[in-house]
Amino acid sequence: MQQKAEFEQRVQKALNNPQLRRNFRVAMDGLMEKRSNAFPDKEALEALRITGANIRANALVKQPELLEQLEANCTRNGIQVHWAETIEQANRIVLEIMERHQATGMIKGKSMVSEEMELNHFLEAQGNSCIESDLGEYIIQLDHETPSHIIAPAIHKSKQEIAQLFQEKHPDIPYSEDIETMTRSARKILRGKFFEADVGLSGVNFAVAETGTLCLVENEGNGRMCTTVPPVHIAVTGIEKVVEKLADVPPLLKLLTRSASGQHISTYFNMISSPRKPGERDGPTEVHLVLLDNQRSRIYADEELFDSLRCIRCGACMNHCPVYTRIGGHAYGSLIPGPIGSVIEPQKFGLENFGVLPTASTLCGACGEVCPVKIPLPKLLHRLRYEQVRNDHTGATIGQGSQRSTREALIWKLWSWAHANPAVYRGGTRLAGLLRGVVPNKIGPWTRVRTAPKIAPKSLHQLAREEGFENE
Amino acid sequence: MSKARDNILARLRARNAEKAPVDLDRTVESPDWSREERIDRFCKAMRSVKTEVHTVGRENWAKKLAELSKQKKLKNLLYAPAGPLAEPIEAVWRAGEGLPELVTREVEVDGWKEELFFDIDAAVTSTRSAIAEVGAMILWPTPEEPRTFSLVPPVHIAVVEADQLHNTFADAIAAEEWTSGMPTNALLISGPSKSADIEQTLAYGVHGPVELIVLLIE
Ligand code: SF4
Repeated sequence: MQQKAEFEQRVQKALNNPQLRRNFRVAMDGLMEKRSNAFPDKEALEALRITGANIRANALVKQPELLEQLEANCTRNGIQVHWAETIEQANRIVLEIMERHQATGMIKGKSMVSEEMELNHFLEAQGNSCIESDLGEYIIQLDHETPSHIIAPAIHKSKQEIAQLFQEKHPDIPYSEDIETMTRSARKILRGKFFEADVGLSGVNFAVAETGTLCLVENEGNGRMCTTVPPVHIAVTGIEKVVEKLADVPPLLKLLTRSASGQHISTYFNMISSPRKPGERDGPTEVHLVLLDNQRSRIYADEELFDSLRCIRCGACMNHCPVYTRIGGHAYGSLIPGPIGSVIEPQKFGLENFGVLPTASTLCGACGEVCPVKIPLPKLLHRLRYEQVRNDHTGATIGQGSQRSTREALIWKLWSWAHANPAVYRGGTRLAGLLRGVVPNKIGPWTRVRTAPKIAPKSLHQLAREEGFENE
Repeated sequence: MSKARDNILARLRARNAEKAPVDLDRTVESPDWSREERIDRFCKAMRSVKTEVHTVGRENWAKKLAELSKQKKLKNLLYAPAGPLAEPIEAVWRAGEGLPELVTREVEVDGWKEELFFDIDAAVTSTRSAIAEVGAMILWPTPEEPRTFSLVPPVHIAVVEADQLHNTFADAIAAEEWTSGMPTNALLISGPSKSADIEQTLAYGVHGPVELIVLLIE
């Protein structure tokens, strides 16, 4: 129950921080509006979502074959492919590549998988430097924080807070709260870093099996810098990112940029199929692809939870989530927050650690409605609520049954027994009606923010009978 | 690490319940736009993300390039002397006065990286084709016009042929038969680099070019 107490503490802290709540409210309202404007034709949107869901589902069904095909084509193109079952293995692979090149400085483009690996932490402990180059990631790295949103990592901060942070970390740069000025300062600082870095690291949005192509979506140009300027490029990705054909890319790209930020297309769409070829004058001479499992193959085994692997990480589900908008990303305590985080993270790190997350939802259904690849998020949240209290030990999720409470289980047993026995049920409601005067005014957490419910003197059944309804 | 590979693939293949294959229809319909509509959409979309688009003729685009470089007070301009744009540029520069210095470096970038990063004001490149629907140019960088040309200098000037406008990205992939061989790097570029990471407010000029200028040859 400790995770629950800690979660509640973080939620309280977030709810009591008006600045934080304003930052999220304003940003999420903006993102929702932008998405909605980018999809003016609701019918076309629905058709596109079906296509997107089918493309991703098809890729998952064929995943083992596609991974082999991807590996074969990348290898033929000169990209070195590595497989990692765990984050430890993935970190080792990256470190070994760096050591082989006697490299000590890495520049990073935005990559949620590298966050999952806690790569910075790992490499820094080995004496290397890792610099985040995505503006949002750079800001939170300066403040030793984790991302609070998967596409807008520093969304929890206001410009004043960022200006103060810049002032503190770079006292030589004149203080400014002007967003363009701050952006230019970051440009200047990071130019030197791109120039010096020995290794560039990036994530992957789609890995195309058919051609052995790694696709990256971005606006800032830092992704292109990381994958073009340093002599070595390492791409890290989850195994689920593979798609079958090049023709699958345009619909997914369309869904991704529009759902994420309302853009018709990102500033850059960067497709990498090989290292520098003889005669070419720039680009890395080595390109590595690290394919990370880290529990994905376990999720893959479950017929229903399988669908969560369709995710293209657009962030729309969190932008539209009433819970996320109020408590922000850090309150979740997980790497990926919001509805998709509440589905993925407990499956990766165990219900005993993150079982509280699926309960952080009103099940309003907004996430499932906006998801560009139609992941039935509410259904999966529901499923994980069941997984954490089931006691038949036949589930596949780590930590199944860990949140089961005997008291709750007993209450539900009684409840279903009463509902299966009309006499008991009738007697029970009559008794409740008679005892209505003695219902206490304070019932635990329920009455902390609400008044206690009052039981009606007559049950619905009784009223119906009095009205002349015969058939119960 | 091939043990990891085998284990992962074995786990993926161990799914007890077979998922039925997905019936995926990949036929895409392309909008039926005229050449004018394509041009119009392309320009509108690119301008909406702060790209400076000039429609030019085949005979005078290099003059326009010279004029713009003067106007923007560029100190120098990087171009590819063995690239497809070289001749007209060289002709205009020979005749013109007070134009920025033309820079050519026909060697691997590694040898002059510092100059590229800190001394070059602008680069001009050709493009392979472009996409009308979303307003993006397609580049397949070549040895003559390497990847960093369209990335590192603060100003990128790109020459786009209106005849090379596809309706959609899917059309481009199909018509140009991308599946028969992808280049080292293929790029779509729709505007100057930007970020909305601070308060979701757009700021231009992050790590890539601060300005993108398109000369569209009609
Ligand atoms: S679950 Fe759907 S909406 Fe949420 S990030 Fe993934 S693709 Fe986007």
